Amino acid sequence: MREFTLPSMGADMDQGRLIEWLVAPGDQVHKGQAVAVVDTAKAAIEVEIWFDGVVAELQAVPGQMIPVGQIMATIVASEEATLPVAPPEPVVQARAVPSERPALRPVASASHVEIGGVRRRVSPAARKLADERGVDLAGVSGTGPLGAVTLSDVERAAAERASVPAPPVEAATAAERQALVRQAIASAMSRSKREIPHYYLSETIPMARAIDWLAAENAGRSISERVLMAVVQLKAVARALDGFPQLNGFFVDGVFQPAPTVHIGVAIALRQGGLLAPALHDVAAKDLSQLMRELADLVARTRAASLRSSELTDPTITVTNLGDQGVETVFGIISPPQVALVGFGRVAPRPWVTEDGTLAAVPTVTASLSADHRVTDGHTGAMFLASLYDWLQRPEDL
Amino acid sequence: MDDAELRSAVIAELRTIAPEVDGDEIRDDRPLRRQVDLDSLDWLNFLIGLHQRLAVEIPEADYAQLVTVDDLVGYLKARV
Repeated sequence: MREFTLPSMGADMDQGRLIEWLVAPGDQVHKGQAVAVVDTAKAAIEVEIWFDGVVAELQAVPGQMIPVGQIMATIVASEEATLPVAPPEPVVQARAVPSERPALRPVASASHVEIGGVRRRVSPAARKLADERGVDLAGVSGTGPLGAVTLSDVERAAAERASVPAPPVEAATAAERQALVRQAIASAMSRSKREIPHYYLSETIPMARAIDWLAAENAGRSISERVLMAVVQLKAVARALDGFPQLNGFFVDGVFQPAPTVHIGVAIALRQGGLLAPALHDVAAKDLSQLMRELADLVARTRAASLRSSELTDPTITVTNLGDQGVETVFGIISPPQVALVGFGRVAPRPWVTEDGTLAAVPTVTASLSADHRVTDGHTGAMFLASLYDWLQRPEDL
Repeated sequence: MDDAELRSAVIAELRTIAPEVDGDEIRDDRPLRRQVDLDSLDWLNFLIGLHQRLAVEIPEADYAQLVTVDDLVGYLKARV
């Protein structure tokens, strides 16, 4: 028998409120499967289980506040499992079981809610919106896959009863969530500055080649297939990290543990203030088109407050891009237990001495590295930035 | 479509990206991205939305001339 406890969902989250279970006793569960929806300060999170088995007992009840590490359910190995007492509902059988590592699932692919004895699929984003707008999900018809209630279904239902005045608690709840996000950032960043001896390096990188290459690449693509420079930069970071595993991983209990893959935490500003940096998984192994699609999906789900627990815990390094806001350089604060953060400023024409020694206006970007001095020294950081420089000069190889 | 209809389409699309936008407060002759907080992905999604709504092709090479609401309306008007 194994215990399924509420996993840590980042250094800044120590508890969550169970919204619902997505599984029932007797259900077979697989590593990576979302088994519960937990509301945290930042978002409604689909919590994934990290081992296979059969659900024996659900100990946590919906509505309950659960600290990280508390037992939520007990799971037995498949061979230990006796036949479930009650025959499983047919709908349970039809439930989609995500394949091996379902890191990114579209918002519409849904969790369940019990309404009048009928299991229905509701995306976390839709549930959140329904909560905020006071929409009763029982009265909403779903248009998503397998009749799932999607965000737009809830929006439509909310619009239909728009004449009903919103309850006054609504604003307070939104403000409250915002305050919690602020608090979570404050606690993580304070811990970082208390515990991590940061060092900072920066390098100005000419971007003419990358810009020309990307323009030619995008010219042949329809608008919805075009790739942003931010994606080229993310891929270049992942490729450059190949040679510097000391910058990619976690510092836990006084020891650095390098990570086998590069999951980049992408800093995403929330429209109502605050930010999250969920993982874009396995960046080095994916091509730019796929990364672009996954980034767009990740940003949309982050802003809809609909993420999976692995996306919050997996980042092995963070990349922040403040170029759109027009700054030249960003020196970031490392998100513990990670050990490095790469920042990009604005890509813009600046004076530059070219290879033949003449002065020219050339588009450049300042890339910075904030790194943990307990794990690496400036020398390593400098070599990493030099490698990043090189990768951005040959974008066709990314 | 006349200018007013195109402007409403532009504002409606903008509001799908930035719901807090009030169309009456947007100055049509001033850079849009100075008035609304849009990053490069927001901007791309905004243009994709206009492309889908109005069936207008917007090559990347033209992005630079689309700065204000007036620019957008003029550009779309010539192509709708």
